[in-house]
Amino acid sequence: MGKVLMKGNEAIGEAAIRAGCLNYFAYPITPQSEVAEYLSRRLPEVGGLFLQGESEVAVSYMILGAAAAGERVFTTSSSPGISLMSEGISYIAGMQLPAVFVNIMRGGPGLGGILPSQADYLQATKGIGHGDFRLLVMAPASVQEAAEMTMKAFPLAEKYRNPVMILGDGLIGQMMEPVEFHDNLKTKPVDKNGWATNGMDTRGSSQRNLIRSLYLDPEVLNRHNLELKAKYDRMQQEEIRFEAVNIDSDYKVLIVSYGTMSRVCRTAVDQLKAEGLEVGMIRPQTVFPFPEEAVGNAAAGKSCRAVASIEMSMGQMLEDVQRSVKGRQPVHWFGKCGGEVPTPEEVIEFVRSLAR
Amino acid sequence: MQSEVMFAGFGGQGILLSAKILAHAAMEDGLEVAWVPSYGPEMRGGTAYCTVVISDRLIGSPIIRNPMHLVAMNRPSLEKFAPLVKPNGVILVNSTLISIESGRDDVDELRVPVNDIAVRLGNVRSANIVALAAFVARAGVVKMETLRHCVKEEFATKEKLIPLNMAAVEEGEKAAAK
Repeated sequence: MGKVLMKGNEAIGEAAIRAGCLNYFAYPITPQSEVAEYLSRRLPEVGGLFLQGESEVAVSYMILGAAAAGERVFTTSSSPGISLMSEGISYIAGMQLPAVFVNIMRGGPGLGGILPSQADYLQATKGIGHGDFRLLVMAPASVQEAAEMTMKAFPLAEKYRNPVMILGDGLIGQMMEPVEFHDNLKTKPVDKNGWATNGMDTRGSSQRNLIRSLYLDPEVLNRHNLELKAKYDRMQQEEIRFEAVNIDSDYKVLIVSYGTMSRVCRTAVDQLKAEGLEVGMIRPQTVFPFPEEAVGNAAAGKSCRAVASIEMSMGQMLEDVQRSVKGRQPVHWFGKCGGEVPTPEEVIEFVRSLAR
Repeated sequence: MQSEVMFAGFGGQGILLSAKILAHAAMEDGLEVAWVPSYGPEMRGGTAYCTVVISDRLIGSPIIRNPMHLVAMNRPSLEKFAPLVKPNGVILVNSTLISIESGRDDVDELRVPVNDIAVRLGNVRSANIVALAAFVARAGVVKMETLRHCVKEEFATKEKLIPLNMAAVEEGEKAAAK
């Protein structure tokens, strides 16, 4: 199959099907309702299940149930809807269930607006729900990448028995770009017999798989927390992904930017290069785990004089960039919120001010 | 080489569709392309606009402040976006609905009565295709042949609309040649 022109939202829906996920529960919300629109038509064609829940809270527990039964399952939502799902996500993480959540972010807080934003960075990477857990979070910068990350999310969720999030923004969802689906990214679901609920009564099985998040004995819960931590540590070792742009030049300024914002920054990097100012960029493709070492090393580059976290939020990823740079360089923030996407010209002006 | 085309008009004038057909044609021509709609809170009959970015290499920012070209289907769109167009770009003006001029002397202003032409062809709803074809014929951002193919493909499921829209392409192309 060659390239097709698709909206990011539609490509995410198609990618999930091609990844072998035939269960989708959702509740519509702008700017990602096209995923539900697309899958309500497509899933029945391939023998899958589309179900619109009565609320996002209900959807999160439908996901929990399907995942506990060993099914590949996913949902999509946008910022306020993800907040409503956060309770279920905590239970899913506590129960060590694989599931995929897509957040096509819009401006906030509260109902905020419907235009693109990256305002949920801290929520996604640090604390999406109560308890002590992390999601593996991937941030696409194009429709093609949104499709690829969606396909990769399912095996990763199964590898760690942990929820995985695709953190996109309204523009990634609404924009159309050519996309090619790589069917070699399709994976077989892992064997879930060891833990999934198996209907032992009806199938004559003697193995009873109990899935729970309640551990009243503090010693047992502590052990459980250590087991979870070991998974997040392993993600740090094995799953960090990033793209380095113009990093072999004598860059004076290092930009760290992800998603749609990184596209704007890339144009700025190209234009500034043409003017004679070298700027490097690290684009995290995973925001948890964060490419801490790559950002730290790039900031220590011999000609580097300043680092900037450029994001469509009020300095959220900035905290991860500061943590990575460890005080070796001044770390600045530039961005806009509320659905405003900074233009290349605005980024250029800001970067020039740092290079002066 | 990158060019950006902004389509703008009333909601219902087929702005998003004509932009999508152009994006499809660019993809078929082997170019990189991004179709970026305005999806803000708009009322029915309000302004709709959409930008298509076409490039021979990876597209950076899909957010464009100054497009290379503009296809203005109504007066508010022309007033709002004409000042943003880059010098030497093409501004297509739907002269059936727009009596004023762009006010720019550094662009190629192409005035085509696209609604009148569409009505003459039998359906005013093909005005967007007339405009698209006239624009492509003048600006040359994709091949005319590819455009014809993509218009046909767009209406493949509504076959009886194909002759009307192919006629719209022909008339649009002719109008641009005058």
